[in-house]
Amino acid sequence: MTQQRKAVALISGGLDSMLAAKTVMEQGIHVEGINFFTGFCVEGHTHAIRDKDRAKPKRNNALWVAEQLGIKLHIVDVIEEYKKVLINPKHGYGAHLNPCLDCKIFMVNRAKQWLAENQFDFIITGEVIGQRPMSQRKNTMPIIAKQSGADDLLLRPLCAKNLPETLPEREGWIDRDKLHDITGRSRKPQMAMAAQFGIDDYSQPAGGCCFLVDKNYTAKLVDLWQAQGSKDYELDDVMLLKVGRHIRPAAHFKLIVAREEGEGRFLQGYKKEYTSLLATSHNGPLVLLDGEASAEDLFLAAQITARFGQGREAEHVDVAITDKDGLERVVTVTPIPKAQFPKEWYI
Amino acid sequence: MTQHTLNTRRLLCPLPVIRTQDKVKSLQPGDVLEVVGTDPGIMQDIPAWCRINGHKVLDSHSADHEYVIVLEVGA
Repeated sequence: MTQQRKAVALISGGLDSMLAAKTVMEQGIHVEGINFFTGFCVEGHTHAIRDKDRAKPKRNNALWVAEQLGIKLHIVDVIEEYKKVLINPKHGYGAHLNPCLDCKIFMVNRAKQWLAENQFDFIITGEVIGQRPMSQRKNTMPIIAKQSGADDLLLRPLCAKNLPETLPEREGWIDRDKLHDITGRSRKPQMAMAAQFGIDDYSQPAGGCCFLVDKNYTAKLVDLWQAQGSKDYELDDVMLLKVGRHIRPAAHFKLIVAREEGEGRFLQGYKKEYTSLLATSHNGPLVLLDGEASAEDLFLAAQITARFGQGREAEHVDVAITDKDGLERVVTVTPIPKAQFPKEWYI
Repeated sequence: MTQHTLNTRRLLCPLPVIRTQDKVKSLQPGDVLEVVGTDPGIMQDIPAWCRINGHKVLDSHSADHEYVIVLEVGA
């Protein structure tokens, strides 16, 4: 009796990894999925926070793909380990702070560790030569295989015919003739394959599924690093960069202004870690202050808080300032006039 | 069979799913786990995770911006 071979598939939630897994499953291989959470994955966080989006929460595409394929999915928290990838990528960044090549090497390496721990035989990815400008090129494919340590245990079913044979092909676990030779950025071959498999619902996120390719998000991350004088972060930093307006009136402090009630509720959860401000004489947003602020800075923060509430045209607005220990005092301010609020303060 | 509770308040998906997955690894088949969170995404993500991993959702409800899933660990 032949041994049942097992493969672990990197499942991003997009179409390519779904098709890669399906292609290998069709050859009788037992496949399970693995998905890595770096903290920067786009998983509907703003939908979860903002009131206007809460009625239509986004599905987790990786879970959804696994369910469509009928396979198990292992979601792995790599937030801490991922820091060294993002902070010091050997192969550099893409257009923004996306360390795509290092990221792929990291994930394949983690999948290889998982393989050894769970007695699986090889790794599958949905990579396609030429699909992405930084990480999916003809010359990066061997780099990923080599530097991840996966070497010939890494099978890319969608473009395998354009690459050297891998162990599962050589050993006859996989029939190379039934693999594919897709290249380039066109999505047509994948869409045709999806139709063949009867897959008609799939995620195709523009620009990928990572906040690190988002210009506005990465500007806030760069600002955070500049303000703290080092390239480091905690998960809470990463989450807060997704919420509210970020305003930096001075190098040593910034304000996070809730844009609506859901964001305000989310920021409430951080009142023990940050000084917070809230207008009490008029309706207005909750504001968190990140940094060390003098009495003068707090007064300016109160004026800005007043500007974002219904008292923006009022002569005086009362603003409660609450420190991390819950001590509250109320100051009366005039909302900062528009002319004194430079656009450059917005991060 | 034992009852357990997991607090995932303030965490955003997929972290509540990851915490649930890690907690379930330490439980026995038939054990019951109540997951409480503030991300409405858990209402679909945890049941989806249960379906693909062979666990059973016994109950789900929400009130006051909190969401609760009760699941029974499968074999």
